[in-house]
Amino acid sequence: MTPKKSIYMPTYQLNVNGKVHSVEASDNTPLLWVLRDELNMVGTKFGCGIAQCGACTVHLEGNAVRSCSLPVSTVGEKKITTIEGLSEDGSHPVQEAWKEIDVPQCGYCQAGQIMTATAFLAKNPNPSDEEIKDAMHGNICRCATYNRIHKAVSTAAKKMV
Amino acid sequence: MSSTSNNIKFNRRAFLRTSSLASGGLLIGFNLFTACRPEAKPPVNLADLNYSDFNAFIKIAKNGAVTIFSPNPEIGQGVKTSMPMIIAEELDLPWNMVYVEQGHLDTKNYTRQVAGGSQSIRFGWDALRQTGATAKQMLINAAADKWGVDASEIKASEGIITNAAGETLGYGDVVEEAAKLEVPENVALKDPKDYKIIGTDQVNVDIDKIITGQPLFGLDYKVDGMVYASVLRPPAFGQELVSFDASAAKEVLGVIDVIEIGEKAKSLLSKEEINWTAQLSGTGKVVVIAKNTWAALEGKKALKAEWKEASPLESTDFHDKKLNELLDGKEFATLRKDGDVEKAFSQADKVLERTYESPFLPHNCMEPMNFFANITDDEIHLAGPIQTPEDAAITVAELLGRDVTDIKVEMTRMGGGFGRRLYGDFVYEVAEIADKIRKPVKMISSREDDMTTGVYRPAIKYRIKAAIKDGQLTGYQLKEAAINGNMYGLIPNFFPAGAVENYQVDVANYTSNITTGAWRAPYTNFLAYAEQSFFDELAEEMDADKIQLRLDLLEKVKGTTDERIQYSPERLQGVIKMAVDKSGWGSAPEGTYQGFVAYYCHNTHVAEVADVQIQNGLPVVKKVTCVVDCGIVVNRTGAINQVEGGVVDGIGHSMYGNYAFNKGVPEASNYDKYRLIRMKEAPVVETYFIENELSPTGLGEPTLPPAGGAVANALKAATGKRVYKQPFMLDKEIWKVTEKPVLG
Repeated sequence: MTPKKSIYMPTYQLNVNGKVHSVEASDNTPLLWVLRDELNMVGTKFGCGIAQCGACTVHLEGNAVRSCSLPVSTVGEKKITTIEGLSEDGSHPVQEAWKEIDVPQCGYCQAGQIMTATAFLAKNPNPSDEEIKDAMHGNICRCATYNRIHKAVSTAAKKMV
Repeated sequence: MSSTSNNIKFNRRAFLRTSSLASGGLLIGFNLFTACRPEAKPPVNLADLNYSDFNAFIKIAKNGAVTIFSPNPEIGQGVKTSMPMIIAEELDLPWNMVYVEQGHLDTKNYTRQVAGGSQSIRFGWDALRQTGATAKQMLINAAADKWGVDASEIKASEGIITNAAGETLGYGDVVEEAAKLEVPENVALKDPKDYKIIGTDQVNVDIDKIITGQPLFGLDYKVDGMVYASVLRPPAFGQELVSFDASAAKEVLGVIDVIEIGEKAKSLLSKEEINWTAQLSGTGKVVVIAKNTWAALEGKKALKAEWKEASPLESTDFHDKKLNELLDGKEFATLRKDGDVEKAFSQADKVLERTYESPFLPHNCMEPMNFFANITDDEIHLAGPIQTPEDAAITVAELLGRDVTDIKVEMTRMGGGFGRRLYGDFVYEVAEIADKIRKPVKMISSREDDMTTGVYRPAIKYRIKAAIKDGQLTGYQLKEAAINGNMYGLIPNFFPAGAVENYQVDVANYTSNITTGAWRAPYTNFLAYAEQSFFDELAEEMDADKIQLRLDLLEKVKGTTDERIQYSPERLQGVIKMAVDKSGWGSAPEGTYQGFVAYYCHNTHVAEVADVQIQNGLPVVKKVTCVVDCGIVVNRTGAINQVEGGVVDGIGHSMYGNYAFNKGVPEASNYDKYRLIRMKEAPVVETYFIENELSPTGLGEPTLPPAGGAVANALKAATGKRVYKQPFMLDKEIWKVTEKPVLG
């Protein structure tokens, strides 16, 4: 094997969960893989790679984004929040609601669901049932825990009042 | 009807061993599957066993804390919570004193750790209770010795042992002594009326890790120095690798190497005993090894490969034609035959015949297939999500010519299974890769790899024919034409077997090079829709009430001595009656149309009523009322979650799931072209359990098959037209208004 002599990975300073991390990655690497492989934050999941399932949802400046389709080179100094940074100890009202309602089955998509829900509730703290459905429609749960996800978002909204 | 003490035989001596822990405390081991499955043999000489030879344990520490190791793979079905609950109930502990850990596979000693067929709870029920009760009795006996009183004067409850004088000891206080005692015989089990944990709501034991994003799944598994592998497989079923050009791939930043695998798998293909895996293809595969996942996936995209046609490349229209030929032909195997159906048809006043069709389906576990391997001359370390860890270990040993005792398998939580992870193709791939590169490596599939090189639910057609004479159902014939194998086990003996004098089930098979296998509730996931649609048509043809027809037919099965008939007519009638009551059957508001299904599979009896409305020309499933008789409900919140998930999953796949092939190439490869049900399409599910004290049965599958049928019957009520083909939304006759749904 010949090492690639003239090519070096660029370095990026990423602000993740309030801490700045220096990482090397090729410029088109999606944020998802930088988080998982380089920063060892594996809470953010890989589902489809084309922004269709929502498993990889994180917050960028408070907005829910699909990290599988967000090249690391476009992030800059924007603040990233992942499931690991949502609270110190799982005490965010959305996390608490997820526990109270016992939402997960396999659990794989739930970090993405929670990240979508938290960004949504931050903007719409008192949503209607239809608004919850609209907001969560982009996140697939293959175990089909949709009824409980809906209930948990609604429960979290009440907790946050 | 069976009581809570069911027919499963076990020998307590064969599964209980105790050991003192070096750190203090008691460890009780039990081999669940040796205990429960009559055909299972003890793995080794029982007299030589120590605690590590068992696949599940209770560990009681001196401080009274109890750890229960959960033996079975967790795929989202909830056994990691519900199985320990059963032990804790008989051990008589507060649930909050119990910690649950996932047991791992130890191929040196263990036997049979499998998730599949909704059987974990059913098979585990007796052994889990016995184990908890035996441990409790040993603690009581130790306390009796300590106090110098008879054990019968002592009671243990909520982790506290109390004697007649009111003195108390904690479990931890006597655990050292208990470990040295003989294992008692014939311990008494609790009366279900006294249950304190079974039947309550206990949150998933992994909940805190899930909601905070801690590593749990195979994809999260990582060791120092690990590299990543991405595998290029043939784009079409039937193709094999001729050659490849890796030059562009090697230019991708982060790519370490490109190798070829497949030779070892090919050499195993001739061995008949492992051919069931089906996924050991004879082709070479090109593997990109990289420093990270992205480089591995990008490297794979940059590969150039040439493929040849090793067997015919099949398309969906070809399968369609083949299945029709089979149904029209005479090459059937008969799986059940009562009376003379031909005679019944010839003497009938009316004969009703209908054909129902379903496509291939991919599993689409949210966690794509992946596995870790590290291979040295001393050890083969495997880790990841697999429903059949023991089979994987045995096959890897054969593949690499190694001793199975060299193999260690760690089971991670699985991001869904649905049957896909019964097949270890990805384990064999990573084993071959790791054997070549001799570095810790994880193989990761992209969604496209996962969806297009999968193991699919086979495309199937059912043709059902009924004879009606003098207003009675006198003959019933079910013909199945399927790809790569037919219905199995007791399925041919499901209702209405036993209710019709002349009854026959015939099956025919076409062998395809497209890999197929179990998909959540195999065969019944489609058969229930076909049969229950036919039942509605039958009732219409007979001018009979849809519910009453089912109840009357079930009446005829009562008292049957046919041992192949394991559904209970009484229990099926029970769920039917409750579903009628709870769903408001027959009194739906204007604009809401209902469809009814009653079905038995995976040892559980279910009735479902779907409420459907038509909005803007398209169907909306508003609500499903689901009544379940699964015997004792172990963990109520987990059980309801399984019921709801099964119903919504069943509706999603029957309405939207479509998977077609064009010259061996799958037409959909990701969620932009393949539609899974999402929140807005998910109906409200109202769940009711029949309350009884019968032995519990599993819930991972049985509510899925009826859901499609309930919707199909409601669609008929709403539109006047019947759907004969899944997915329902592809029916252009009915859905003239389209909003361009993505259907693949």
